Amino acid sequence: MAPILQLKAVKAFYGQFEALHGIDVAVEDGGMTVLLGANGAGKTTTLRAVCGIVRSEGDIVFAGDTLRRRSTEQIAAMGVAHVPEGRGTFIGLTVEENLRLGAYSRAGKPHESMARMYGYFPILADRRRQQAGALSGGEQQMLAIARALMMAPRLLVLDEPSFGLAPRVVEAIFAIIDRIRREERVSVLLVEQNASLALELADHAYLIETGYVVASGSAKALADDPQIRRSYLGY
Amino acid sequence: MHLFLQQIFSGLAAGAIYASMALALVMIYRATDLVNFAQCDMAMFSTYIAWMLVNADVPYWAAFAITLVVSFIGGMLIERIVIRPVENAPVLAAVVVTIGLLLILNALAGWLFTYTLQEFPSPFPDRPLFGALMTTRDLGIIAVTLVMLGLLFVFFRFTTIGLAMRAAAQNPASARLCGIKVGRMLAIGWGLAAAIGATAGIMVAPILFLDPNMMGGVLLYAFTGALLGGITSPVGAVIGGLIVGVTENLVGTYLIASQLKLTVALILIIVVLVFRPNGLFGTAIVRRV
Repeated sequence: MAPILQLKAVKAFYGQFEALHGIDVAVEDGGMTVLLGANGAGKTTTLRAVCGIVRSEGDIVFAGDTLRRRSTEQIAAMGVAHVPEGRGTFIGLTVEENLRLGAYSRAGKPHESMARMYGYFPILADRRRQQAGALSGGEQQMLAIARALMMAPRLLVLDEPSFGLAPRVVEAIFAIIDRIRREERVSVLLVEQNASLALELADHAYLIETGYVVASGSAKALADDPQIRRSYLGY
Repeated sequence: MHLFLQQIFSGLAAGAIYASMALALVMIYRATDLVNFAQCDMAMFSTYIAWMLVNADVPYWAAFAITLVVSFIGGMLIERIVIRPVENAPVLAAVVVTIGLLLILNALAGWLFTYTLQEFPSPFPDRPLFGALMTTRDLGIIAVTLVMLGLLFVFFRFTTIGLAMRAAAQNPASARLCGIKVGRMLAIGWGLAAAIGATAGIMVAPILFLDPNMMGGVLLYAFTGALLGGITSPVGAVIGGLIVGVTENLVGTYLIASQLKLTVALILIIVVLVFRPNGLFGTAIVRRV
């Protein structure tokens, strides 16, 4: 299968500071790729480079089109849905308004996909008229994922969906990501600290350290690598 | 008692003007974190456009509509040309830019239209109503303001573009990730604020008479209204503006000479800042982490 997303020798910059030093990453169409690594390694920066939030060099190809010199909103409209660090929820708007915003760049009425989202996340249906800021952390993460899916994306980009959540909530969210991935036929690029959980679900993995890809391969191969097990899986 | 009620009603009419301008200030503040000191002079300039149209024998309501459209476009252009370049500059720099804009518009109006007071027609005759409790003109001003507020409410609450504007004001980074062109939303916000100001200017001009400094006092009252309501709350701005209008009228009638009325605004600003810095409605949004 051809990759839906391909980063070729991508460098990324914060001002003058070079945070990524030419990395190659690919996401298979319909696949799930996870980026592992310590804090500050450049995982989030990689996602930001894809979505045009940071300045980058090198080529990024999405579904046959280059993403270079495109604005964040254009990239979103092309079918890349990014759930950022901290979830990016509009806390002053209601749950339903958040979902309507997800469908902003897409033609047609959002009602049908909204009903489908309420099917995945029944708790959101119960709280549809509430301010998003009043939701719990786990519910906000669900809302963020649902909002991203409202865009009917081909690629879902998730930045640490487990952040700050209780282990049971994390497991529930990952179970639903796995289900959505198959049912909505969407590819996933994931950054995750919880390496063992991520490697179980993903089919491909990259290990990023200080702005370089230092290891990559099938998720299973990385999970079996003794050094990675020691450093990132803890056993 | 009759005088008291009279003053309340005429205060509400003045308050409707302040409420409109306060709302325009709050809209800009929420979208760009910036107090637009030029808001009232933009309104003054719009009023001159209406004045020229009316003098050219354009029917009143057509002139009104054309002025709103021109003001909307003008507001968008000001955002694009003057404000966009200082978007990422320190707040003080941006504030100085709006003050500069105020001075430029003021001088430009003086140069184009002179500083002579001009009469401005009102579609509402100045007739007493309800046993002289209020005038038709007061009622007209209040009605026009209410219609405008109602339209704005429907726009922001029920249209996709209104929702996108609220999202862009609240969380620009996230709005971009939803595919919303945040820059365009800001420009539309400035356009709307300018059109709101134009409405207020046209409504107040028959009372104050039109000259380049017409809106100077109004700016102070509007600013007070916005602060009183909580600078982040559109509903608060409207209620704050009405309260300021009524207070100013009552205090001017019963307590101090009406020449000193402007002091009321300053005192109110200080009282609000000392006792309730968030204003009446500027409460923090519920947030759970």
